[in-house]
Amino acid sequence: MEEHLKNSVTDGQEEYVLNIGPQHPSTHGVLRLVASLRGEIVTNIEPHIGYIHRGIEKMCESLTYPQIIHLTDRMDYLSAHINNEAVCLNVEKALEIDIPDRIKVIRTIMAELTRIQSHQLFWATFGMDLGGLTCFFYGLRDREKVLDIFEETCGGRMIVSYNCPGGLMHDIHPGFQKRVKEFIEYFRKTLPEYDQLLTGNVIFRERTMGIGKLTLGEAIAHGITGPTARASGFSCDVRKKEPYSAYDRIKFNEVLFTEGDTYHRYLVRMDEMRQSMDIIEQLIDNIPEGPYAVKMKPIIRLPEGEYYQRVETARGELGVYIISDGNKNPYRVKFRSPNFVNLSVLNMLSKGFKIADLIAISGSLDLIIPDIDR
Amino acid sequence: MRNEDFKDNESLDLLRESGANILLTSIDDVINWGRKNSLWPLTFATSCCGIEMMATGAPRHDFARFGMEVYRASPRQADVIVVAGTIVNKMAPVLRRLYDQMSEPKYVVAMGACAISGGPFFLNSYSVVKGVEHVIPVDVYVPGCPPRPEALLYGMLQLQRKIETETIRSRKKRSASHSEKKSQ
Repeated sequence: MEEHLKNSVTDGQEEYVLNIGPQHPSTHGVLRLVASLRGEIVTNIEPHIGYIHRGIEKMCESLTYPQIIHLTDRMDYLSAHINNEAVCLNVEKALEIDIPDRIKVIRTIMAELTRIQSHQLFWATFGMDLGGLTCFFYGLRDREKVLDIFEETCGGRMIVSYNCPGGLMHDIHPGFQKRVKEFIEYFRKTLPEYDQLLTGNVIFRERTMGIGKLTLGEAIAHGITGPTARASGFSCDVRKKEPYSAYDRIKFNEVLFTEGDTYHRYLVRMDEMRQSMDIIEQLIDNIPEGPYAVKMKPIIRLPEGEYYQRVETARGELGVYIISDGNKNPYRVKFRSPNFVNLSVLNMLSKGFKIADLIAISGSLDLIIPDIDR
Repeated sequence: MRNEDFKDNESLDLLRESGANILLTSIDDVINWGRKNSLWPLTFATSCCGIEMMATGAPRHDFARFGMEVYRASPRQADVIVVAGTIVNKMAPVLRRLYDQMSEPKYVVAMGACAISGGPFFLNSYSVVKGVEHVIPVDVYVPGCPPRPEALLYGMLQLQRKIETETIRSRKKRSASHSEKKSQ
């Protein structure tokens, strides 16, 4: 880095401040980054957030528990189903309700489908950030097939609102199992295409390997979770550590790498798509019979106390913390969102790299801005 | 559906009635034909609707069939701004500046419930702008939360029909009203 500084045009003497965002195609939303540069080298990144702060946590205090579901959808909209699951599991834990196996299995299958479509979109936009527009078309072509399955069963394409406290909104579509199997058969064939297009590409590897290294210690110190942390060797998969829904009865290995650079953050997500397909295949043939929802009281009141539940979304660990005073509305709701925490390492990772690498690094963190601001 | 048969919108009829003479009309037709078939949207997405906007540009729905394929990252080069997602108080001045930076003729499509009225954040939220028309003038509203790509396509086709009915006089009136609003 020191050599770079010496050779740059300004000899590292002057600092140039560049404003990126809030309207910028490669910040994936309305994140604003104020970048200090010396020549082309990044010396400091200051993220400004709040351009999409909608006050969801405060709104939750005046809504009932089934109503909260529709707001959590819109936080991290690419893992909408998993966000709902977190709230539902928390409410069910507080009320000490036993959930039938059928619901657990369906929830798990839907969550893994959600993870696949989220990673597909990551692949599409990450390729586009690095200048490969073809990725965008391939990724979204396959993503539509998952959305079709969602639409058939849930009625919504992206924002599904399929979970509700005590079960599911309605039963799965009769053709659900067939459609999911068809999709997996199709996607197993097309996933190698993704690798051919991007993973083995020389330009792509040059631009990502060794860029933005995150060590294991730094990942733990900053509280990084999800694929970003697993690329650095931090074993933090909530599905494995604290199994919820049907994850305790399936066999899968956490995807772990130790390098922690942009390339390996990308690889974790590619491998997780394969892993999600394995998980779905284990469950899809034996969905148990039973009711799709437990009968709940028309007005849900949680007993007084504090409740916490965490789940693994496509981007990391989402925690839902509810304080109840015995009313039908929560007293306080706090979401521990993975994106907000993952954003905190952006400055550290991109220091000393070129401005073009900043785009690659922020793309590999896979940030969803409404989840940061809530 | 032909333009003449399209009568389910009162404001379009009003626009049509304020027309000019035959010579000007044929010039208008040529200009409008060119404009409506090369609408370049700005890449402006704040939340979930942005993903559906991307899906509209993707292979299955393919925006490009109607001349809208070129998403422009700079407002100087864009013709239409699709407000995809919630606008909060902190974002509103930014949106206004983006709109002012666009060159005439410029159009606005409010996509999704949040941009129309605040949507799910209409009640109880302290920071959401209750409808994007408080900030910039809107041409077409596309309801949904988020709207399906087909709905956005239909909205964009409505905008094309609206452009078809424009005349030199109505264009002048339109840009005058915009600059008036700006000075306020």
